[in-house]
Amino acid sequence: MHPLKYYWPRIQRIALRNRQEILRAGLNRRELFKLGLLSSAGYLVAKSGLSAWADGGCDAGECDLGCSPPTIPFRDPLVVPPVLPLRDPNTDPGFTFSPPAATPNRNINPATGIPFEGRTQVHQFRDRFPVQDYFITRLRPNFNATFSDDATNLSRIGPQLVWGFNLGGADASDVALSPGPTVVSRYGRPILIRRFNELSTNTLGFGVPEVSTHLHNFHSGPDSDGGPCDPNTGGNSTNPLVQGRFFFIGQFYDYYHTMARAGFDTPQFSATDGDIRETLTTLWYHDHRVDHTAENVYKGLAGFHFIFNDFDTGDENTGFRFPSFPQFDIPLILTDKLFTPEGEFCFDTFGLDGLVGDKYVTNGKIQPYFEVQKRRYRFRILDGGPSRFYQLYLTNPDNPNQSIPFYAITTTDGNLLPRPIRLTNVRLSVAERIDVIIDFKAIWNNFGNPSRIWLENRLRQDNGRGPTNEILPAGNPNNVVLEFRLTGPSNVADASFDPAPVSFPTVPCSPTDCVFAPICLPPVPTNNAPAKEDRIRITRTFRFERGNGQWQINGQFVDCTRFRFKVERNTAERWILRNNSGGWEHPIHIHFEEFRMVRRNNQLIQCGNVEFGRKDVARLQTNEEIEVLFRFRDFRGGFPMHCHNTIHEDHAMLLLFEIADTGDNKTEP
Amino acid sequence: MKGPTRRSLLASLGLAPWAGAALAWATEGGTRSAAPARLSPRERIQRHHLPNLELTTHEGVQVRFYDDLVKDRKVAINFMYVKCEGICVPTTSNLVRVQKMLNGRVGRDIFFYSITLKPEEDTPADLKRYAEMHGVGPGWLFLTGAPGDIEKLRRALGFTYDDPVEDADKSNHIGMVRLGVEPALRWAACPGMARPEQTLRTMLFEFDSPSLKGIPIYEGK
Repeated sequence: MHPLKYYWPRIQRIALRNRQEILRAGLNRRELFKLGLLSSAGYLVAKSGLSAWADGGCDAGECDLGCSPPTIPFRDPLVVPPVLPLRDPNTDPGFTFSPPAATPNRNINPATGIPFEGRTQVHQFRDRFPVQDYFITRLRPNFNATFSDDATNLSRIGPQLVWGFNLGGADASDVALSPGPTVVSRYGRPILIRRFNELSTNTLGFGVPEVSTHLHNFHSGPDSDGGPCDPNTGGNSTNPLVQGRFFFIGQFYDYYHTMARAGFDTPQFSATDGDIRETLTTLWYHDHRVDHTAENVYKGLAGFHFIFNDFDTGDENTGFRFPSFPQFDIPLILTDKLFTPEGEFCFDTFGLDGLVGDKYVTNGKIQPYFEVQKRRYRFRILDGGPSRFYQLYLTNPDNPNQSIPFYAITTTDGNLLPRPIRLTNVRLSVAERIDVIIDFKAIWNNFGNPSRIWLENRLRQDNGRGPTNEILPAGNPNNVVLEFRLTGPSNVADASFDPAPVSFPTVPCSPTDCVFAPICLPPVPTNNAPAKEDRIRITRTFRFERGNGQWQINGQFVDCTRFRFKVERNTAERWILRNNSGGWEHPIHIHFEEFRMVRRNNQLIQCGNVEFGRKDVARLQTNEEIEVLFRFRDFRGGFPMHCHNTIHEDHAMLLLFEIADTGDNKTEP
Repeated sequence: MKGPTRRSLLASLGLAPWAGAALAWATEGGTRSAAPARLSPRERIQRHHLPNLELTTHEGVQVRFYDDLVKDRKVAINFMYVKCEGICVPTTSNLVRVQKMLNGRVGRDIFFYSITLKPEEDTPADLKRYAEMHGVGPGWLFLTGAPGDIEKLRRALGFTYDDPVEDADKSNHIGMVRLGVEPALRWAACPGMARPEQTLRTMLFEFDSPSLKGIPIYEGK
């Protein structure tokens, strides 16, 4: 039942009058939608939302904001992706035909005429950290994916072709899932993931079946980073098959991760296999095919990767006692999609600005619901892009004026905070993710026994420029990415950690806080540090700007044939990221290690801020300048920095740098 | 796209009184019947991005954009104009170098098209002189047409700014090269001002991809 129906008689009269005025103004529904006046299943709203009614105004086959068919929210239960199962390398046929080796299998596969494996580089440090856990997953098309299983919604948006990852089985019944299965790993247990490309040629109008799977925020070697392209592999070769990052239909690619923390190859931390303070927590994997990342990820090639350790154990009875995985530890990938008026999943491959959708799709379903017990949960919330920013609130639909708290335990890039922070809202740009604890028992007790709570995005964004900074009114069902339904008794067992008593601002914060010892904040690099990996060797400045309609860094476009600059291995650098693009926002992602954002517009980022901690995306807002400090330890090779508005990324806002034994002194590379 | 701003529209319609409330004109779910039949993705792309407009080549030949130039082909498309003092000349000379590196393939299985942004100014003869002056080889067509059609084509191919002031400034026009393998529904772009080696690499990643296996593509006579 729609809450607004209670006000029907009064608003109906006003709506009728408004509608007549709008019709006289000659605006169609698409224009109304773009002006923020129309939303949901035909609801005229004062502020824009998603899910417009598409009758009129859109042409057949049009893929644009406001053209998707209407859908009804909260009809589908939240889908929680399954965990990717372990495989036995000695018996699984996915491994035995080509045993997983550090050196890639570049022999020609007689069945395809191309090399068995897409990889061309040797896994670094594999002898030191031998693989303990093996996984397989197969990238496949799923021709019958449903964004909603509700009969009415299905009649408007039927089964679709999406791309995803399966559970590793060779059998056709092991279908592709999107989001893909969650990879669960543990520090101290090195992993190898064999990914097979079993995609089909593109029949949907977007998606390129040549893939590179990036493990976003892990400290990987270039061979397993899943980068976009690399001058070290293939060099200037124009043969796509030797470029060494993609794997093509019929090929596999072995991704190897040391599951060691950054610093493992420095004198300070070699004995402990890395600095425990560099522990990573919530990561995600996604496609990174240069020039086509946006469409491939949008088509479904993304999933979560969690890393547990001796403290963050996944069991609420041990260690930090975070809510137990998987029952109370839930990943949420937030995306927004477009459909043609006829209900076909679509993407505009001709746009340069960015793509914002008019359907919120959470874990693959349109505006799902999730039944929760009255206890604490951990949610790992990811902005899956391609271009939308979120400002998330918890809303009681029966009393939208309430300000409902939740607790951040990580920064906005999924790394533990020095002290949890009580929030009533949080902003995420593309690829940022935050672990929050929501205490539904406290909400039940303190906010009038609500039966449901909405996770609502109240940030208005109409195009790929970035958000408008307008905060929409609370309680609009069109803006809801997930409805929580509170069920069961209010005295259910809950052994999990309660962040409320130790959170900022209940407890004042200090830069030396460490609630989650020993995973404290590593010291920031300085100009005079004794160890060279802690000492800032050089300051480099990067301008993110527009150039003849495309996107540049320091006046240059992406170039896969050469590195822009060279960083000396096991040193630190200061990077100044500057937004010179006049009103456009860019979530800047740097591969390799986590960095510290120390200043935003010359203001120190202080404790008590969700950005005070380790990050891998710098949300570079209009005209901003952000200072980051970065260590480059352990591995050698090529890595990218790019805008994670993936349409900007695909239209050239990406550069490649190399970590080598000597660095250069280019200050504006 | 430039209509009234949201604020001015709200004011002109007198809608301010309902700020904050959500107003309805249809009941939830409505009475809409099942979705109409879908267009094929290829038809959808053709209809919205590859209009079949009549153009004239620098050799004075009348052609249809979709039927004669793009359908079934691997193409690289950019916009320019003869008296351009900005990026047109360096872009053209980059593409001339790429054309040479492609070693006779342009005009055989890969097709370059440069469309004038100033059709009211650039005659086929002007375009021909421009091509000759820059050492453009065979198989690369320079195109003009009716101004309204050129504008439609520019928008359809995505060579536009969302800001209408920026969009109207032809000296700052979009400098990309649109790359397409039409029967594979595969569309990308690369910067016209990139190094020719990078442009070549990008083109061949698109045009020589093993993923194209089995798709009927025009490979030359």
